[in-house]
Amino acid sequence: MPKRGAPPEVNAGSMADIAFLLLIFFLVTTTIETDAGLDRMLPPIEPPETDVVIKQKNIFEVIINKNGQLFADEELLEVSQLREKAMAFLDNGGAPSGTADYCNYCQGARNASSSDNPSKAIISLKNDRETPYGTYITVQNEIVGAYNDLRNRESQRLFKRDFTSMEAAYLNPETPESLKDDLKEKVKTIQDLFPQKFSEAETSNN
Amino acid sequence: MSKFSKKKDGDIPAVSTASLPDIVFMLLFFFMTVTVMKDSSLKVDNILPNANEIKKLEKKDRIIYIYAGAPTQEYQKVFGTETKIQLNDKFANATDVGDYILSERAKKPQELQNVLTTALKVDKNANMGIISDIKLELRKVNALKVNYTTYEGDAFRNLQ
Repeated sequence: MPKRGAPPEVNAGSMADIAFLLLIFFLVTTTIETDAGLDRMLPPIEPPETDVVIKQKNIFEVIINKNGQLFADEELLEVSQLREKAMAFLDNGGAPSGTADYCNYCQGARNASSSDNPSKAIISLKNDRETPYGTYITVQNEIVGAYNDLRNRESQRLFKRDFTSMEAAYLNPETPESLKDDLKEKVKTIQDLFPQKFSEAETSNN
Repeated sequence: MSKFSKKKDGDIPAVSTASLPDIVFMLLFFFMTVTVMKDSSLKVDNILPNANEIKKLEKKDRIIYIYAGAPTQEYQKVFGTETKIQLNDKFANATDVGDYILSERAKKPQELQNVLTTALKVDKNANMGIISDIKLELRKVNALKVNYTTYEGDAFRNLQ
């Protein structure tokens, strides 16, 4: 019993109920999600002022039809083979030694009828209006994967670290500024070795 | 009256619940910090495809979301089963995407307006036609940075 004259104690028994109410409110209105996905840049709508002539051998054309079948570089392909084919194309380095386009870090077949240099090589992706989105993402994933595999290889050779982990660290807002400057340079170096030249043409209607 | 009065025999002391609020508050703060508010309820099916070469979308304030997919069961009577676009809380046509992007962009602070990313959350069973329409609209308003939002997983599962 409190002494007479002292203020009466506030009953805190319902505090738990109030807190539970708040907790349940937050549980139902929130979602635990970290979004992730494939980053892409769309081409600007204005056509470039000067027409660039691109040699046919520097273009790797991937077409997905409405049944999700893949037609790449003039042959029918399984999606599982695409990464390998794309890597062989990008890493080809067909320009002969001594020319301006010579690629000194390429480890490919150096086939004269395939791409000259990774910086010239373009992957063009075409799809039908009926193509399922899932297939399209798989193909995109494989092409990004081909670039990442090649970049990781060069990154391991030059900096003894995977490109993907460097890029993730660079993009992470929690990385300290001092580290970021160093990473930025390395990421840029690798990106210049294998630039993502990846064109998404307008959809065909047939 | 003695200060140390004897307890009665056989009386079990009650479990103190005084710390219960503290425990619940701890849970509450945990959920408040790890979760984000849901901004719109989905009116379309949204099973995202899987991919493994993905990048995390940091900085939620720089993202504009566009959803697409077949309408969910309750909306199928009105809107059919064709793939539809959802902007904020309502269904929209591809032609509305440009205006939506512009109005969302205007809401963001000046310094972020040039670094916005458009996250496309598209159901894996949607067809590419609608994506192409969205992409064309995005290019018209110069919102060129897109992210095809996916789940993390084996990309070949999309083909089944």
